[in-house]
Amino acid sequence: MTPFSFGGELFGMWNWLDAVVRVVIVVTAMTLVVMYLTYGERKVVARFQQRLGPTKTGPAGLFQAFADALKLVAKEDIRPTNADRWVFELAPYATFVPVFLVLLVLPFAKDWGVRNLTLGMFFVFAVLGLNIVGIIMAGLGSGNKFALLGGVRAAAQMISYEIPLVLSLLAVAMVAGTLDLNQIAMLQEDRPFIVLQPLAFLIFFTAMLSEMHRAPFDIPVAESEIVGGYFVEYSGIRWSMFQLTEYASMWGFSVFGSVVFLGGWAFPFGEDWGWGWQLALTFMKSIAWILTIFWIRTTVPRLRIDQLMAFCWKVLLPLSIVQLVANGFILVYDWPQELLTATSGAGAVLLIAIIITRSVRRPKNKYVGSYRQVGVTS
Amino acid sequence: MSIWPDEKVLTPGEAEFDTVDMTINIGPQHPATHGVFRMILRVDGEVVVDCEPYIGYLHRGLEKLTEANDYRQAMGYWDRTDYLAGMACEHAYVMAVEALAQIDVPERAEYIRVIMAELSRINSHFLFLGAFGADVGSFGTSFIYAWRERERIYDLFEEVAGDRMFPTYMRVGGVAMDLPDNFEQRCRWLLGSIRQGIEDLDGLLTGNEIFVERCRNLAPMTSERAIALGITGPILRSTGLPWDLRKAEPYSVYDRMKFDIPWRPDLQGDVFDRFWMRLSEMYQSARIIEQCLEQMPKGGLVLNPDLPKTLRVDNGEAYIRYEGTKGEYGVYAMSKGGNKPYRMKLRSPSFCNLSALREMVIGSYVADAIIILGSLDIVLGEVDK
Repeated sequence: MTPFSFGGELFGMWNWLDAVVRVVIVVTAMTLVVMYLTYGERKVVARFQQRLGPTKTGPAGLFQAFADALKLVAKEDIRPTNADRWVFELAPYATFVPVFLVLLVLPFAKDWGVRNLTLGMFFVFAVLGLNIVGIIMAGLGSGNKFALLGGVRAAAQMISYEIPLVLSLLAVAMVAGTLDLNQIAMLQEDRPFIVLQPLAFLIFFTAMLSEMHRAPFDIPVAESEIVGGYFVEYSGIRWSMFQLTEYASMWGFSVFGSVVFLGGWAFPFGEDWGWGWQLALTFMKSIAWILTIFWIRTTVPRLRIDQLMAFCWKVLLPLSIVQLVANGFILVYDWPQELLTATSGAGAVLLIAIIITRSVRRPKNKYVGSYRQVGVTS
Repeated sequence: MSIWPDEKVLTPGEAEFDTVDMTINIGPQHPATHGVFRMILRVDGEVVVDCEPYIGYLHRGLEKLTEANDYRQAMGYWDRTDYLAGMACEHAYVMAVEALAQIDVPERAEYIRVIMAELSRINSHFLFLGAFGADVGSFGTSFIYAWRERERIYDLFEEVAGDRMFPTYMRVGGVAMDLPDNFEQRCRWLLGSIRQGIEDLDGLLTGNEIFVERCRNLAPMTSERAIALGITGPILRSTGLPWDLRKAEPYSVYDRMKFDIPWRPDLQGDVFDRFWMRLSEMYQSARIIEQCLEQMPKGGLVLNPDLPKTLRVDNGEAYIRYEGTKGEYGVYAMSKGGNKPYRMKLRSPSFCNLSALREMVIGSYVADAIIILGSLDIVLGEVDK
């Protein structure tokens, strides 16, 4: 047992002081991570786009994050005259707090975390659902029509995608037989759950992108249409709270996703290699997860709101329900675990096939590659 | 209580399920308007009910300025009409003045003009591809890909004419100066780079399922309707009518060039076809430039030596139609003697193409309205003159 283990060794006498110290450590670490995520995103995206990204502030632009933060704090905090004062001013907190609450239950290593709840996974969805309230508050309270559209779009999108998100996680919870995140990680010592539930992984990844409004689901913040959506009227520190929320939720989802699907700290070394390796594993897995998100963001355009909804209700939701039912049969009748991989793998293949057949079905495809051959006159 | 003071507030007596349309003002400062265009959308939720375009924010009095200036001085204003393809606009202007004053142009100068005009067509279409990708939402990647090639084209312009965007390179009776020594080699290298750039953008955008899904079957248009609205250029060709002034009424040296008008049997004039048409045309422009480089006389004059110091034109009028990057770029010039035109008129293709916006946008989603506007590829310098 390290001083940091979940038993509360650090300040054994005063449980509340122990909790406060842990929260302060996690929140500080998180703020630093988030600041460097913005720097990392700028650098990575720049490489994708044949640019250099920040280079001037410090070596390789490393202090850019601090410069940005300083600029944002120094900026004037503007409230539009026709904004609803309290709704407008409280909205950043209402989005910011739930995302940081998620961090309370994430096991970064076997013994490293704030609190280990037995219903950890349930706590994560419950708290993330609250995020929507802040976004709607920002959209309605800004007194701006772009913000209103953004807020309404965000509400529709997040509520819809929460369902496949939760169902895909429930499939994993059925297999694990627990909602305790630390237990779930421990069960994956030999093989991560992505092997048993590939379909759940795909659905979770897609729904997660949508919940965070990352491309191709960045409809609520669509830069080229509604210029930032719900936070269009915010400036300075309040704007940076929205930004912080966005990156914190990205980091939170990445750690959560890697705990649930990729084995978190446990896969592949288990408990034997000590907390240093466990932390490093969590970190590496979540960074890989985040880089994938950046990669997708630079490559794909944005969906339209009806296409987004159709994809959720017509494709993701039925598939996740089918998976739940299949899992139920396999687990109740105690059939071998390979069947879980087989059924879920078949579902994953089906999901990819649906997407690919849609691309093949486009009638113009055969002409697209042949500009030089087609022509009327010469 | 309503937060929108300009809108109707529902009283409790009215039907509870009535909805109120909302007006959204897009522009003149908005990333999707590509300049200072303004459209007021009436939306019912996400669906556009009505659209009212407002123009004129970039009006600079081009025609009047030209009438107030010497024929040569006015050149610089014409660069700034379609400012993405300055060379092509200059070409149209000098052709109109040459037709008015009946001035011959040396053969080498004709080839140089065509090379420059086609390069600026490629340049303009690159900007379209990049900006359109950004409209559809690809986070600037398409934009930066297009920018790489545009910078190279501008570098070449700078070497040839001394300026990048507004070169003022052409003159009545020829071009200002001969090409630099290494021009042919540089231009061939540039064409290779351009082809690579088009393929990169093609892979990034047309290779993407989401992009195709967003653009296909969106705001289709028939050839009849396009002609009725006065639409020309790539948008008209994307409806399936292969009408290109470079083929139909060849001017300059286009009659000696071999090139195709891109065409497919299933063209329907939707947003994807407009995109496809511009992408395909760029390959044809590159072909034209290659042929020019081969056919061009290796030496000789580039400016008519018989021109007087001050150009004075007798009574008369001339109208030329030029296949600009956005469509049919018509220049009308009328002289009543003296060194200034009595009347100049520009028939700007973007202005006419913009007239299709309202009927295309109605009934689509807000997100689609943005990409329909993007697919019309307007340049505000040309719309507002």
